[in-house]
Amino acid sequence: MSMKAFRGLLLLSAGFLLAGCQTVLMSPSGDLAKQQRDLILTSTVLMLLIIVPVIALTLGFAWHFRASNKKATYDPEWDHSTILELLIWSAPLLIIIALGAITWVSTHKLDPYRPLDRLDAHRAVPADARPLVINVVALDWKWLFIYPEQGIATVNELAAPVDRPLQFKITATSVMNSFFIPAMAGQIYAMPNMETVLQAVINHPGEYKGFSANYSGIGFSGMYFSFHGLSEDGFEQWVAQAKANGGDLSREAYVKLAEPSANAPVQFFATVAPGLYQAILTHCVQPENPSCMSRMQMRPPKAEGAASDNVNADGAATGMAGMPRHNSSSD
Amino acid sequence: MLAHPDLTKLIFGRLTLEALPLHVPIVLGTFAVVALGGLVLVGALTYFKLWGYLWREWFTSIDHKRIGIMYMILGFVMLLRGFADAVMMRAQQAISFGDNMGYLPPEHYDQIFTAHGVIMIFFVAMPMVTGMMNFVMPLQIGARDVAFPFLNNFSFWMTVAGALLVMASLFIGEFARTGWLAYPPLSDIVSSPDAGVDYYIWALQIAGVGTLLSGINLLVTIVKMRAPGMTLMRMPVFTWTALCTNVLIVAAFPVLTAALALLALDRYAGTNFFTTELGGNAMMYVNLIWIWGHPEVYILVLPVFGIFSEVTATFSRKPLFGYTSMVYASVVITVLSYLVWLHHFFTMGSGASVNSFFGITTMIISIPTGAKIFNWLFTMYRGRVEFEVPMMWTVAFMVTFVIGGMTGVLLAVPPADFSLHNSLFLIAHFHNVIIGGVVFGLFAGIYYWFPKAFGFRLEPFWGKCAFWFWVVGFYFAFMPLYMLGLMGVTRRLSHFNDPALQIWFVAAAFGAFLILLGIGSQIMQFAVSFKNREALRDVTGDPWNGRTLEWSTSSPPPKYNFAFTPLVHDHDAWWMMKKHRYQRPLDGFVPIHMPSNTGAGIILAGLSFVFGFAMIWYMWLLAAVSFAALLLTAIAHTFNYHRDYYLSADEVRRVEASRTELLARHV
Amino acid sequence: MLPMAGAPTQPLEFHVTSETHPPNGTLLGFWVYLMSDCLVFACLFAAYGVLGRQFAGGPTAAEVLEIPTVALNTALLLLSSITYGFAVLEMQRDRQSPMLGWLVVTGLLGLGFLTIELREFAHLISIGAGPQRSAFLSSFFTLVGTHGLHVTTGILWMIVLIIQVLKKGLITANKRRLMCLSMFWHFLDVVWVGVFSFVYLMGVLP
Repeated sequence: MSMKAFRGLLLLSAGFLLAGCQTVLMSPSGDLAKQQRDLILTSTVLMLLIIVPVIALTLGFAWHFRASNKKATYDPEWDHSTILELLIWSAPLLIIIALGAITWVSTHKLDPYRPLDRLDAHRAVPADARPLVINVVALDWKWLFIYPEQGIATVNELAAPVDRPLQFKITATSVMNSFFIPAMAGQIYAMPNMETVLQAVINHPGEYKGFSANYSGIGFSGMYFSFHGLSEDGFEQWVAQAKANGGDLSREAYVKLAEPSANAPVQFFATVAPGLYQAILTHCVQPENPSCMSRMQMRPPKAEGAASDNVNADGAATGMAGMPRHNSSSD
Repeated sequence: MLAHPDLTKLIFGRLTLEALPLHVPIVLGTFAVVALGGLVLVGALTYFKLWGYLWREWFTSIDHKRIGIMYMILGFVMLLRGFADAVMMRAQQAISFGDNMGYLPPEHYDQIFTAHGVIMIFFVAMPMVTGMMNFVMPLQIGARDVAFPFLNNFSFWMTVAGALLVMASLFIGEFARTGWLAYPPLSDIVSSPDAGVDYYIWALQIAGVGTLLSGINLLVTIVKMRAPGMTLMRMPVFTWTALCTNVLIVAAFPVLTAALALLALDRYAGTNFFTTELGGNAMMYVNLIWIWGHPEVYILVLPVFGIFSEVTATFSRKPLFGYTSMVYASVVITVLSYLVWLHHFFTMGSGASVNSFFGITTMIISIPTGAKIFNWLFTMYRGRVEFEVPMMWTVAFMVTFVIGGMTGVLLAVPPADFSLHNSLFLIAHFHNVIIGGVVFGLFAGIYYWFPKAFGFRLEPFWGKCAFWFWVVGFYFAFMPLYMLGLMGVTRRLSHFNDPALQIWFVAAAFGAFLILLGIGSQIMQFAVSFKNREALRDVTGDPWNGRTLEWSTSSPPPKYNFAFTPLVHDHDAWWMMKKHRYQRPLDGFVPIHMPSNTGAGIILAGLSFVFGFAMIWYMWLLAAVSFAALLLTAIAHTFNYHRDYYLSADEVRRVEASRTELLARHV
Repeated sequence: MLPMAGAPTQPLEFHVTSETHPPNGTLLGFWVYLMSDCLVFACLFAAYGVLGRQFAGGPTAAEVLEIPTVALNTALLLLSSITYGFAVLEMQRDRQSPMLGWLVVTGLLGLGFLTIELREFAHLISIGAGPQRSAFLSSFFTLVGTHGLHVTTGILWMIVLIIQVLKKGLITANKRRLMCLSMFWHFLDVVWVGVFSFVYLMGVLP
């Protein structure tokens, strides 16, 4: 065995680790992503506790007990040791118990559906803070962002004020995508007929990359957008600019927009047709569409059953393992 | 062209001349090379009058050893195709930055990564693992053949038929552009109306029949046909892992069959299982495919764990450390592999409790896996480790695999997965375990059992070249991908904007080039070894001083494997026989009950290929005719009651005498 | 792990001197196949479980499923299992003609079952409740249809076996095949009980 080659590899991996510190996942700008980074580091260190000795022992044993080393003990019948067996089962077990506990806690704490309780490690969310709701629609092959509060919409550009809790409600039109801004928070799937939620915050002003992290067809490579973390003022200006320069996102305009296109340019819309997001979610932008979900209630319509509220129409899977949760709260 | 359009449609379906890639130079070039190569091969076979020999001795053979070898050849040939795809991807990603769009348009690139995944899993790893089990396992348990020899032949040819369909898609029409698991709605008829996904469905369904039947076959073989005295806890570890794998095959592949059948119904019959309309639920497909997909990973890796166990024990000159815990570890992995599938899509938005449940079950699998690693470690401990090529692969595996295992457990932590999911980190992880585990293991196994299969050893120089190129190439190709994953680069992109990434992709491409040299060395190794076969000849049947029964018979073993069925007293049965100075019997031979060759398997699989092709192109007439032919041939085959014969005692005596003579000459 | 470390104390036998015949694995193999088939049905049941209430504005289960017809159908299939049982009893007594008689009765009952099922399907399609109409109907047709396809295969197999028994008599190979078909037929019965309770009975519940 060439130890030199392995030493080279070790050096190489050390280089990796150094370079790794500067990557977006290792130096993020949003609190959620920071906590995910910390979790990645903690778990890695925990596992290295066992991985490093194993690699060292492998190379050490292989070298020491090589056939040409006649000084090494040779015990051709030795194949069992109860103490060792207990040890080799319990060492990984202990690590996994620790990691399992961390997993259980962090998965609940960092659940993308869970409303934020802190802005970053030192600041709690102010009691009166209301999250900024942004509706995200993955189209073929571009992103549509609707700001219900501001009444505007954009294509392939997203902006949000720093240190304000954000609530993304995410869906798709035709195929599955994944909404991902690595600097801010982990990703979540964007799926037709379904709504997923991401609650996050961006802590530093700047321009970040966002993209689809789930392959969705020919135009997939061009399905990215820039995400601007802005100050409150900057965000006001950005909205004002959209209102000044944008067109109208009527239902007709949306239908045109939804036609497949790759590498779509940034667009702004000053107005958005009322209820558009809900209509997209329920396939009812064109109500005569046979798949308009308001026509397919799974239960007999309730007395108060407003059709637009019926996101759960496809929700047979609600609460079932392996199926996404659905939010029926309307925007 | 036929004058009547309806008739044309009835015969040719939707297949038109446009489906031929006459306007794509890359594909056309490939076609020219493949066609030329095929012509040369056919010409050579005809010139040397080998067709009859191949048909009688190989294609229609029901000998598990020959079928095993054919599986390995299929796997290796498909490895070349799958690797060519990998090189094309690496080259595209290394140059496609900024204004440079690379040399592959997305519609072509998307087919390549889909084909790469499908081929590497279904037509490289699966045939090689199945071939390995087919060849080794009956020898290890002291059997004459598998439980259902004809079915074995049929299974193999069904796998070939599936592979041929994938290959056909290269030149007639196109392959799927959906990724290797073909998630709907992308794979439904609205988003993918062309023949690509249909190629995918039919190739996997036809090959899947083969896989399932072979799983049943090997399972029954292990349960029913072990030599007397071989209790379950005396089975060699490879046989144990083969048992676990075949249980997994039988319990997982039907789920794949069902999922693909429902997808096919959506595409062909207009049903609404996975559509976005009328109540369909695409996420059900994702669940179903991973209920198959995760056990599939263990289907591949468990037998390879078995190979490493055999290799480590043999070359450490010691019994395997902790045989019992090794067996229990395999069984625990088998069971747990069904409880983890959701970790492939934490980001779908299931609840935190569901996610953490599946995250933790995934981590629990690393406990028995870790125990296995320690067992191999302590097998080397106080051994005399000989660094023959298989042992080198084993050590490289142990170092590489634990890294892959670590990143795997990292991905099993749901919040970490939210950041790393679908990134190149994930790609690096699963190549880390599949190449570092399955591929390294298969190469160790090929080198280890090659003398048993062909009667001569592989030449070590080129073997070591291959080893170093592969191992170093692997690190160069995939460590940068871990890095890129941390940079937030996602998978399946055919173009990038950030020039800072390019250097990493160039490094990865260099790694692929090193692996190419590794594969080249392996081909050289086969050629050189064949040329020097007399010098490398193994006359003893036991070139490595092995421990299990396959080394007790000659290399290559006679048709009947063992002149007398062995009696087993220990899990290292042959080692014990050697310790007791066992003398092989020289007379007293009795007639041996053997299965007869049959061409039914290859005919049925050929008809299945035609049927699949007809269904892909909507050639309803051809589909109906070939299906009817398939049914009738199968029924006709059941009217053949003469499926076995007795090899006379004289014949056995003749074969055994020639071995005695050979052994005497080489004392 | 070696039971006797060190020098051997007594000579051990290491091979069998006569030709050994391992036990035939066909019945086990077929049983394993049935279990894998069972998993296919499990997936279809699961699909029905997920999609069974997705009526998409179309007809509901309670509207289209007719319990009396299906009850008759169920009775036919259960009866056919009993008659197959009689056939097996006759087979064990080596009485070829009565065995064949019971087989024919079984096949006819199976055919009756299929006819009623196909009529039900045709009726559903004619009222616009075909498999394309909604996810519920897709999963309904696929689950019930797959079972029907299995019954069809069973009947075809039965015909082939009747011919083979007529040609070769009740030889060991044929008996083994009859046992396999017996397992297959009873398996279909068990699956049907699942379909009947899970799809039909629960479907018409409010």
